[in-house]
Amino acid sequence: MSSAAAAVRSDDLRIVRGGVTVLPGLSCDVAAGSVTGLLGPSGSGKTTFLRAVVGVQVIAGGTVEVLGAHGGSPALRSRVGYMTQAPSVYGDLTVEENLRFFARVLGLERDAVEHAIADVSLDGFAGRVVDTLSGGQRARVSLATALLGAPDLLVLDEPTVGLDPLLRRDLWELFHRIAKRGATLLVSSHVMDEADRCDTLLLLRDGKLLAQATPAELRARTGEQQLDDAFLRLVETSE
Amino acid sequence: MSVRVTAAVARRVLEQLRRDPRTIALIIGVPCLLEFLLQQLFGRNSTVFQHVGAPLLGLFPFIAMFLVTSITMLRERTTGTLERLMTLPLAKVDLLAGYGIAFALVAVVQATLVSLLAFGLLGLKVAGPEWLVVLLAVANAVLGSTLGLFVSAFAQTEFQAVQFMPAVVFPQLLLCGLFVARDEMATWLRVISAFFPLTYAYDALARTASDDLGARFALDVAVVLGCIVLAVVLGAATLRRRTG
Repeated sequence: MSSAAAAVRSDDLRIVRGGVTVLPGLSCDVAAGSVTGLLGPSGSGKTTFLRAVVGVQVIAGGTVEVLGAHGGSPALRSRVGYMTQAPSVYGDLTVEENLRFFARVLGLERDAVEHAIADVSLDGFAGRVVDTLSGGQRARVSLATALLGAPDLLVLDEPTVGLDPLLRRDLWELFHRIAKRGATLLVSSHVMDEADRCDTLLLLRDGKLLAQATPAELRARTGEQQLDDAFLRLVETSE
Repeated sequence: MSVRVTAAVARRVLEQLRRDPRTIALIIGVPCLLEFLLQQLFGRNSTVFQHVGAPLLGLFPFIAMFLVTSITMLRERTTGTLERLMTLPLAKVDLLAGYGIAFALVAVVQATLVSLLAFGLLGLKVAGPEWLVVLLAVANAVLGSTLGLFVSAFAQTEFQAVQFMPAVVFPQLLLCGLFVARDEMATWLRVISAFFPLTYAYDALARTASDDLGARFALDVAVVLGCIVLAVVLGAATLRRRTG
């Protein structure tokens, strides 16, 4: 499981939120240059794990190492892009004003903003106030802020929720293009039909890692063709 | 701390405010209206208007910016943008200073316009320089926004944040010397008021109004500036990169 080229390596990571143990001790790797899917039902601890990777989560025990550094260390802040589950952009600003702000904080040039807007297919909406956009468009603005500056690691919390199938396909293609440029993507989702678009899967349930495998390995291991069924089979055998 | 990041935050806060013309109208219109009402109520040459007019002008930015900043910061906390900012190469001080600078600029506009009305049309007179009243108003605005940033950490909802205004500001207003001179207060009240920053903000304004710009005035200004620094430090302590 431990490859030398891991972009994220979590070792017995334990997280307690509000007195409840969300992750009892998670150990997993995210291979550098991969598109890794973090899949599991709502409440399985996906967001909590991603928050630990980007360094905004209080950790009760264990470690998470990101790009060779301690997760959340200052040096990582310009190398890791984070898209939160609920769009974290300013609703009263335009798409462009939002991205300009994040770009200025990161010390990027203007063209970075244009690239990010084009990447998420919001070209015609740069001047629109975010609050007037649809939920899916708002999510893409939030995604665009994470793409700014071509970070080495992209941590995306349910980036395709509520998007129409065409747009979802486009975004997954974008994710793979970004990975080809050498970046690593850690993408969470609660819908299994997105699992096939990932190189590797981390299957999470109740804070425990059910499996770390490629979609093909998962099918071979469970004998199921549908990944949904494969997930069910894993749950059954783990109980 | 980075000048670039601080400027980015200040600019973004101002851009947000620009999208909200009604708030801008209220920030500038309400103190103008109150100065006008005060003058109409007591009369142009009344001692009350002449006594209260300048302190009101100088303290209003404190109250307005306290409210606006505490709500804006609370929104930043509740909508998740604060968490997002904490993953960026942004020092906490950059965020606080950016807010302070943005609202100081708003206060420059607010205090200048209210001064033009009060000194120009309403007949308010101060013995000291009028520009000093404006400058003190700006300092009070910065004090208000830094305190608002700090206090917003203790509010979970906007209702709570709004209630912090009377809770934090009204006792200070009552005891600052505006309603009863501090020498005439019960000792325990005078002792308490010595710990309130608004006491010094008011005293500086009152001394400007009577052109009494000596050592006590310098102390007042120093205390106000010191409280701004203290509020920024306390505010930074309430901003956590990692949360549960």
